[in-house]
Amino acid sequence: MSAARRSPLARRRVRTAWLFLAPMLFVLAVVAGWPFLRTVYYSFTDASLADLNARQWVGFDNYLSVLRLPSGRVLYDGLLVDRVWWRAVWNTVRFAAISVACETALGMIVALALNAEFPGRGIVRAAILIPWAIPTIVSAKMWQWMLNDQFGIINVVLLNLGLIHEKIAWTASTDTAMVAVLIVDIWKSTPFMALLILAALQMLPREILEVAKLDGASPWQVFRWVTLPLIRPAVMVAVIFRALDALRIFDLIYVLTPNNVQTKSMSIFARENLFEFDKFAYGSAASTLLFLIIGLLTIAYIRLGRLSFEGGR
Amino acid sequence: MGGRPSRRLGSESDPPVKFLAPAVFAFVTSLLLTPPARAIELSIVSGDTGNGIKVLREILDRYEKKSGNKVDIVVIPPSTTDQFGQYRLWLAAGSSDIDVYQTDVIWAPQLASQLVDLTEATRDVVGAHFPSIIQSQTVNGRLVALPIFTDAPALYYRKDLLDKYGAKVPTTWQQLQDTAKLVMDKERAAGNKDLWGYVFQGNAYEGLTCNALEWVMSNGGGGIIEPDGRISVDNPKAAAALDRVKGWIGTIAPPGVLAYQEEEARGVWQTGNAVFMRNWPYAYALGNSENSPIKGKFDVAPLPAGDGGHPVATLGGWNLAVSKYSRHPDEAIDLVKFIASPEMQKYRTLKTSNLPTIAALYDDPDIARQQPIVPRWKPIFLNAQPRPSASARIKYNEASSQFWTAVHNTISGNGTAADNLAELEARLTRLKGKGW
Repeated sequence: MSAARRSPLARRRVRTAWLFLAPMLFVLAVVAGWPFLRTVYYSFTDASLADLNARQWVGFDNYLSVLRLPSGRVLYDGLLVDRVWWRAVWNTVRFAAISVACETALGMIVALALNAEFPGRGIVRAAILIPWAIPTIVSAKMWQWMLNDQFGIINVVLLNLGLIHEKIAWTASTDTAMVAVLIVDIWKSTPFMALLILAALQMLPREILEVAKLDGASPWQVFRWVTLPLIRPAVMVAVIFRALDALRIFDLIYVLTPNNVQTKSMSIFARENLFEFDKFAYGSAASTLLFLIIGLLTIAYIRLGRLSFEGGR
Repeated sequence: MGGRPSRRLGSESDPPVKFLAPAVFAFVTSLLLTPPARAIELSIVSGDTGNGIKVLREILDRYEKKSGNKVDIVVIPPSTTDQFGQYRLWLAAGSSDIDVYQTDVIWAPQLASQLVDLTEATRDVVGAHFPSIIQSQTVNGRLVALPIFTDAPALYYRKDLLDKYGAKVPTTWQQLQDTAKLVMDKERAAGNKDLWGYVFQGNAYEGLTCNALEWVMSNGGGGIIEPDGRISVDNPKAAAALDRVKGWIGTIAPPGVLAYQEEEARGVWQTGNAVFMRNWPYAYALGNSENSPIKGKFDVAPLPAGDGGHPVATLGGWNLAVSKYSRHPDEAIDLVKFIASPEMQKYRTLKTSNLPTIAALYDDPDIARQQPIVPRWKPIFLNAQPRPSASARIKYNEASSQFWTAVHNTISGNGTAADNLAELEARLTRLKGKGW
């Protein structure tokens, strides 16, 4: 870095780099930065979608407002004390934790299987990607139909196999609604995990694995002490991608179980307040908090995982 | 959602189009008298159920021929709750992509400021519509939407099954519960394993508000929010009504009913797997269509009464509104008037058994012959109960959402009816604040 201050060539290179970056930064500022700042701003107003221009600054009232009654009682209001919101936060975090954990484990198994040499490997590799390639709305609709309690194929199969005795109302029952959402998400996203882990596996130098085998390590020992540490950085990055995705979960739940308290996610909560209820400002506050929560969780994950984005590992 | 069964079952016979002859004649003469205008492209958004979209397209084809303009349908999901969110978004963005919105009867107060005032343009035709419907679409003296059909739910029942077991058409919820159980148990014992007693709209959305308002109000539990703005929902009669429904889930109603909207309920019903169904009149024409397994085997009755002694039907209905941001408001108003005209309402009613909003059509012989539900439903719709959208005004959606959440929690077994209604009353009170 200090070299840049001295050498004219390095300075020019830095300038060129900024020049190349400028269009992207500009586009990002326009399509992401500006709307984000607007949302933060709206969260400090009483804006309503019926007439956005009639808004007034209300400070932190959407987050927390304190009302002192003449009787001396103190009432708290706002997002920070909204039980529905915190329920949505809990739903989302729980969903993200379970789905990403399952996807990582399954993705690892699939990747290890695909890493082995067997005839037809190319076709299997392509086929396993299909769930990831289908747009979420389409796969959600497809699963909604398969999970239908009366006509759905899943209930028919389970009934015929004798695994269940009566048809399960997957998306309706409070016990299974979240399970249904998880099943579809895991089905959809495992290929993504498998692909990233497979890429890491293919980069492994063969010599190390062969040396480990020569030393008499069992397959499990090779995996636990050689393969896993070597692909760990790639897995950690893949997990971050998936976790960011899972924390924003919207489309799948919106199609399968939009208004169930048991599955309502942060994004669903924000959308509901923004557009369905006359609470645009409150929904903006929820969006802002959603951003902060995802940001904090990501930072915590990077710190705890001692993840380095500097490259070279 | 769940439009699939409708597509399989939803074919319908062609009614005669004789009544169109005068219209065609008028259209030909108008072509001769007026020079053809430059073709304008309009778009109309609708999320109708059953064969509603198909019939709308047929009506629009007639309009295109008559006017020379082109009209596209933007089709969106049939959940009213989803539709409202999307409309809100378009209107808030000042989008000129949509000229005409098909709006639910409850939305007028919430969307009024972004819709064109139709009062002047429709002065010549509003007199033919029921004044109460026109009134429901009038906000601060502005008529913001013109009705195209109205809705009042019916209790659909299987004539053949009731006759088989000598059961009468139920007039109270208790009788419905008993009859449903009786028929279902006997049929299941006879091998009809997929049969259920009763299906309705139990998903957490606006349709559950309609269903639950009927349960609560017919039980003497009040109308959630009264016309004077008072919140009345926390009372023992309302709780008793919800407790009764909770007892239906898994016994006479499939557990999945907690995720059913109109089309899912009709899917179970029209494949012959339900003894009773609560649904809007559109299911009548579809149930009697050519390929329907239950064609001619069912009839309709008013919804049952509760301890309150009289039945309650929630008023529904759909209207057309012109966006303030439309680039062609005059043509859009013209289109709205065309679709809402007596000729087109008759056409729609013959095809879909939707209830017309024009009083004279209830005496029409063609309609009486082909869709006998329509003249029979006039008194029911005239006595139908509006949802408290007029009292809750712009906060109605949130109030309704809190109501359906409390109901959905109760009937799916999360908390007792009494607790959930007490919490609901507290939430509504907070939502109301200083006033609705």
